[in-house]
Amino acid sequence: MALSGIQIYKLLPQTNCKECGFPTCLAFAMKLAAKQVELAACPYVSEESKKQLAESAAPPIRLVTLKAGTEVKAGNEVVMFRHEKTFYNKPGLFVRVRASDGDIAAKVATIDKYTVNYVGMDFSVDGFAVEADSGDFAAAVKAVRSATKRPLILIGDPAALPAGLEACSGETPLLYAADSSNWEAMADLAAKHKAALAVKGESLDELADLTQKIQTKGVEDMVLDLGGKTMGEWLMRSTQVRRLALKSNFRPLGYPVIAFPGKAGDPSKESVYAAQAIAKYAGFVVLDSFTPELAYALLVLRENIYTDPQKPIQVQPGVYEINNPTADAPALVTTNFSITYFAVANEVEGAGLPAWLVVTDADGMSVLTAWAAGKFDAERIAKAVKEFDLASKVNKKRIVLPGHVAVLSGELEEELAGWEIRVGPREAVDLPAFMKQALN
Amino acid sequence: MPIEIPKDKWPGSVRKVTLGATAAEGGTRAKTVTVGGQTTMPYLQFEAPTPNPPVVAIEIKSRKPADWSLLLAETWGEAMADAAQWAKKAEEAGADLLVLALTLEDTPESAVKAVKSVLAASGLPLIVWGPGQAEKDNELLVPVAEATKGEKLVLGICEDKNYRTIVATALANGHLVQARTPMDVNLSKQLNILITDMGLPADRILMDPTTGALGYGMEYGYSVMERLRMAALQGDTMTQLPMIVTPGFEAWKAKEAKVGEGVPQAWGDWLARAIHWETITAIALIESGADIVVLRHPESVKRVKEAIGELMTA
Ligand code: B12
Ligand code: SF4
Repeated sequence: MALSGIQIYKLLPQTNCKECGFPTCLAFAMKLAAKQVELAACPYVSEESKKQLAESAAPPIRLVTLKAGTEVKAGNEVVMFRHEKTFYNKPGLFVRVRASDGDIAAKVATIDKYTVNYVGMDFSVDGFAVEADSGDFAAAVKAVRSATKRPLILIGDPAALPAGLEACSGETPLLYAADSSNWEAMADLAAKHKAALAVKGESLDELADLTQKIQTKGVEDMVLDLGGKTMGEWLMRSTQVRRLALKSNFRPLGYPVIAFPGKAGDPSKESVYAAQAIAKYAGFVVLDSFTPELAYALLVLRENIYTDPQKPIQVQPGVYEINNPTADAPALVTTNFSITYFAVANEVEGAGLPAWLVVTDADGMSVLTAWAAGKFDAERIAKAVKEFDLASKVNKKRIVLPGHVAVLSGELEEELAGWEIRVGPREAVDLPAFMKQALN
Repeated sequence: MPIEIPKDKWPGSVRKVTLGATAAEGGTRAKTVTVGGQTTMPYLQFEAPTPNPPVVAIEIKSRKPADWSLLLAETWGEAMADAAQWAKKAEEAGADLLVLALTLEDTPESAVKAVKSVLAASGLPLIVWGPGQAEKDNELLVPVAEATKGEKLVLGICEDKNYRTIVATALANGHLVQARTPMDVNLSKQLNILITDMGLPADRILMDPTTGALGYGMEYGYSVMERLRMAALQGDTMTQLPMIVTPGFEAWKAKEAKVGEGVPQAWGDWLARAIHWETITAIALIESGADIVVLRHPESVKRVKEAIGELMTA
């Protein structure tokens, strides 16, 4: 937990020597508490104080970064509920392969290439888990590495893992997993290879005990597997761990959590387990079954849950060109809420129809929300049409309104003298048909 | 040394609300459904047991809907043309209760007939929605409420514009209401106050905070539900009502569920995607406090019910 200025002051030399650039140790302590200066500016802090200050400054949930050609971060969260601030590091989505699987490289390459676009953002999976089972583990890790640059989770026992680690040296993978029977060997491996280490226990007591022991071996980056047989059990443990870290500043469990929804046994249940894990605090989610439709749904869920509630995703207001419109193409009006913009833009673009899309500044709200809030009215639309000089782009002075705000057309005719105001369909899906039939 | 788990101690609790009435209670339902009663945030059974599980309603319509996804038409088949048959199939699919949505084409007579045929076909508690236009809602829901006096139906959807007539008829005929506001804690409270001011007891109100589908604003509903539930537990009486949401309606409106052709390849298989869309929207909302989720596809119902079973076993 962060220390107050007074608490920090007690750890400083209290000699007011001014070398830090501040008149008193107290003044320096206040700046430190506000995180406006670095402790290193005081040459006289004792080693003991340094240690205590570093501990207090550490985030309650440790940031763990897995690295290869790309990086995945988990941890550093500060709230239990997203409305209290926001959730920061989206859980990494991994897909598991086993050394005994046939044609690992091809399988991984397909999944590695998967990308899906959601409101202008491209999403993909974050990495792969490779499990040492009966097959040749080193060969499997090499095959995976040949097909992806993304970080790895290596699953196996202390005897099997070194071969895999050799095959991806220089990276920071996650080793899975240390338990009460093998923790010493696993900790040695993680320390030697500078890998992060997953820790598995059947109770939180056992987990806390293990992480403390492992830490004495020099391993700092840990990830917790909470076990749990049902969704209910997992939810409770995940909540307890997050609370212990955030509310009690309980360091032994201040680590990100890893979830294995595949343990549910069948893919339909796996999807539900994964959804819970994403909503309820997982830092890493390892899937056993990959399908594009599931990946898409989970990636969107993750984006939704991790969107900052204070900042709706927006696009820049302006006139957007869709399919290289000429001066004969129609002009459509919408708001600058990303979901709204892309619902319309994707529909028109997908149908291959050229159009000018006038995106008004509606404070990032959807059509009806903005209308209800007074951010998408005749005045604002008229202002956008004039400001973006739409008249210079089109031959026909005509704009199409979303069907949901048909009520605005009368007033708009007054605001935009000389313009024809047309009311389009309510849903964007019906736009292409409308454009073909009604806009000629 | 065992770890001391921090527990929240809340002063308030969610009200229990019972839907439907059996013959002994003045209705004809084979069973009733009770929701609410929680004293913790969702499923934190290390603090206190969850007294009533969330339940799943299946939405059916008085007439075959023309604008529903083909996938839904395929699974419900012929039954969609007959509310009674549809109700039976929905019960077989595992519904805990039913939602019957009336349409703009309905007349007071056809609406009453449809409601009665559903009540005769299935013993499950019933929610009846008007078509969603204030005048038409009133025109249909009042005769329905009168013809089913004592059944403890839920009438909806009450919004700030049209709650008066619906609440009055619920009051007169022993029914409940579904009170919907657009994703805002204070608006929810306000509508509940207006409704209780008319004399309807709070344990006859279900609160509908509105939701969006996955990818279409779901996160707003998600957070508003968490905030409403916290307010309830903190003792704010006008938020202490069970919550009903409509992930089925929202998800099946989304292109991901509705459309199978001309979509990006990365969206994968249509049917599987549509089910994920509905199920994952529903699961997220259950995690954030939903007591009743209204769904459309039997496979989603199955998955959500299994998940509820697991959330209830600590
Ligand atoms: C999410 C949401 C919110 C979020 C805001 C999200 C955002 N950034 O916009 C929050 C919670 C903040 C919110 C707030 C409010 N909301 Co609100 N909200 C919704 C909700 C649930 C979904 C909206 C959404 O994102 N839809 C998805 C987008 C993509 O839809 P869309 O923009 O309409 O675009 C579609 C079409 O319009 C069409 N389209 C778009 N552009 C164009 C252009 C052309 C040319 C054509 C042809 C078609 C077209 O295509 C798109 C896809 O089909 C709706 C209810 C619902 N389920 O729809 C209520 C709703 C829009 N909200 C409503 C209200 C009243 C409000 C508030 C005023 C309530 C309040 N007092 O707090 C506030 C206003 C905001 C403020 N004062 O700050 C009402 C509006 C009622 C009305 N008819 O006036 C709704 C309909 C809920 C309801 N049933 O009462 N809301
Ligand atoms: S340098 Fe250190 S000891 Fe000197 S005044 Fe600053 S804080 Fe105090």
